[in-house]
Amino acid sequence: MSEATSDTALTRPAAGNATRGGFKGFLRATEIDTRMLGMIGALLVIWVGFHILSGGTFLTPRNLWNLSVQTASVGVMATGMVLVIVTRNIDLSVGSILGVTGMIMAVAQTQYLTPMLGYDSGLVWIATLIVGLICGLLIGGLQGFIIAYLGVPAFIVTLGGLLVWRGGAWWVASGRTIPLTDDNFKLLGGGSDGSIGATWSWIFAAAAIVFIVLAAVAARRRRKRFNFTIKPIWAEILTLGLSLIAVVAATMIVNAYMLPAPLARRYAEAHNLTVPPGGLEISFGYAIPVLLFIGVGIVMAFIARRTRFGRYVFAIGGNPEAAELAGINTKRVTMMVFMLMGMLAAIAAAISTARLSSATNAQGTLDELYTIAAAVIGGTSLAGGAGTIFGAMLGALVMQSLQSGMVLLGMDTPLQNIVVGAVLVVAVWLDTIYRRRSA
Amino acid sequence: MSTTMEQITDHGPAHHHDTIDRSGPALVQMEDISIAFGGIHAVDGASIDLYPGEVVALLGHNGAGKSTLIKILSGAYKRDSGEIYVRGDKATIANPRDAKAYGIETIYQTLALADNVDAAANLFLGREIMTAWGTLDDAAMEAEARKVMGRLNPNFRRFKEPVKALSGGQRQSVAIARAILFNAKILIMDEPTAALGPQETAQVADLIKELKKEDIGIFLISHDIHDVFDLSDRVVVMKNGQVVGSARTEDVTKDEVLGMIILGKCPPGATPGPGAMKE
Ligand SMILES: Nc1ncnc2c1ncn2[C@@H]1O[C@H](COP(=O)(O)OP(=O)(O)OP(=O)(O)O)[C@@H](O)[C@H]1O
Ligand SMILES: [Mg+2]
Repeated sequence: MSEATSDTALTRPAAGNATRGGFKGFLRATEIDTRMLGMIGALLVIWVGFHILSGGTFLTPRNLWNLSVQTASVGVMATGMVLVIVTRNIDLSVGSILGVTGMIMAVAQTQYLTPMLGYDSGLVWIATLIVGLICGLLIGGLQGFIIAYLGVPAFIVTLGGLLVWRGGAWWVASGRTIPLTDDNFKLLGGGSDGSIGATWSWIFAAAAIVFIVLAAVAARRRRKRFNFTIKPIWAEILTLGLSLIAVVAATMIVNAYMLPAPLARRYAEAHNLTVPPGGLEISFGYAIPVLLFIGVGIVMAFIARRTRFGRYVFAIGGNPEAAELAGINTKRVTMMVFMLMGMLAAIAAAISTARLSSATNAQGTLDELYTIAAAVIGGTSLAGGAGTIFGAMLGALVMQSLQSGMVLLGMDTPLQNIVVGAVLVVAVWLDTIYRRRSA
Repeated sequence: MSTTMEQITDHGPAHHHDTIDRSGPALVQMEDISIAFGGIHAVDGASIDLYPGEVVALLGHNGAGKSTLIKILSGAYKRDSGEIYVRGDKATIANPRDAKAYGIETIYQTLALADNVDAAANLFLGREIMTAWGTLDDAAMEAEARKVMGRLNPNFRRFKEPVKALSGGQRQSVAIARAILFNAKILIMDEPTAALGPQETAQVADLIKELKKEDIGIFLISHDIHDVFDLSDRVVVMKNGQVVGSARTEDVTKDEVLGMIILGKCPPGATPGPGAMKE
């Protein structure tokens, strides 16, 4: 009944036949998804291609660090878009929700929270974020209610929302640009202060490594306890080794990006450091929005794979009628998916307003396109029922690499739009072929 | 189906005697149920009941309204009129969750499986086993799934595949397993063996006999009249949304039941319903 394929997080084929030889047997044993492999391949091609075309400026710590920060906002929304699309819905309004929640947060902060809690109060940033999250939740909830309980198709509701919330963003501040007042909140956008530096980056990397290893061991134990087939040990070590190398490489790259001299001097003064004769070498390390993005990704992956709610989201996508007959309150689950999407749009709004240090009326324009493209390129099936959070995060990185690369090459905005639009169509076309093959 | 007029001309003896205790309140009583889709009266004033440990076979031509009637009991459809009583008390069944709360489990004709998740996820859909931390315990669910599937379909191995990748019979086994996994009191089986091979069909027949012993009441919808005569205590025949009549299986012959299905003619051994052919 659905054309969705088996590459969901829930249903990846098991190790099973370790005896099978060749590349297929290798993939089976390691449980590596072929389409994930394809996506990483595409990413490498894009990166190397731009690196060559730009005369060696793409694969630099500075550019990759910027790329990571730029990916965060759309990436956060893409993780929610996966669940929206998995339930056979779509959300065209995320860019506008980002716009209006960003504007509301900026106005709330400058006009109410900062005056109320005082300048430099450590509470302003969190209060601002909570205001944004609540607004996103309410907006998503309203749209979700209309979709789930009143039965208006998501396409129409969120197409209307695209206009309504963009208009709302204008209405909140009569179209003015609102500069943020709270410096703590601005850290959410990254920048020289909004990064955690070399030491903490290594601590973060170490924690990530421990987490990955423990997760792998726990999964193996669980399967052993019930006498299920387990991955051959060489495959386990290989996949584990690759992820650990990725973590270490990423950390080395963000740490290789140094503060420019004037900023380093300012930093030294602020922290009472003496500047050595050769100049100060201070690493950026991971940017806070990137950590936020990774955190959101982990939480969303957990929701999708390990919670009841996530299971219901996929079941609804696979067969809405069956889900209802199984006793799932499909309407409530659908509404909750849109609420979650609204909250993620608010987090994305916090990241992008903090990054610009102000809220503008046009913020998030066209982000719906990038978000949907990220999810779809990352393997989310528009027919519903299939998709992974991690895939969408990689998809966001692919889309952002494309855009950043074109900016680096000095391409005009209209031409960039043409390329992005075309890439989206081609990606979905390739996906259709892939699914037909593997079905 | 496989049953033809030639095959069923024998007036086989009744295989078993009616030992059902009908003195207490009925497990289920559906009274004067009606539902219409647009202008079509899919079910029109149908009444039907079921006692503990009893198998009631629901028969009728295609489109007679059998599935629609039982879908009202399982909470899939909302009736236009009529009442449902469970163990003598009026029951409010507005959705599938309500029905399950009364211990009503259903194997749908369409199977109603989520195609993109595996067998264990389907078996426990809506009633997942959780770990102490409140997360899905997939390993425990798979272990349970292996147990129950072993009872129904010992050759079944494909626990990791999404059920879309399974054969029709394997899918049907999953749907049956799901219905018996949660201590049903009332079991609705809408053509449960339509896609099964002979061995699996025999296993379902054994299963029905076992469930009877546990005092579970079963509505069995089937077009296979041999199966019906082997397994059921009573037959109820529907035609054009109405009940033609009902009878204890031992009081009627296969020919007579066929006459009820095709012509709506109620034999002497049966209690006529509103849909019986007028003389
Ligand atoms: N959801 C629906 N919408 C409209 N009409 C329906 C719907 N469900 C059933 N019907 C109609 O109601 C009538 C009874 O259908 P039902 O599925 O109950 O028949 P059935 O006795 O189960 O037949 P079969 O032996 O083919 O399974 C048919 O005329 C059918 O077209
Ligand atoms: Mg039917």
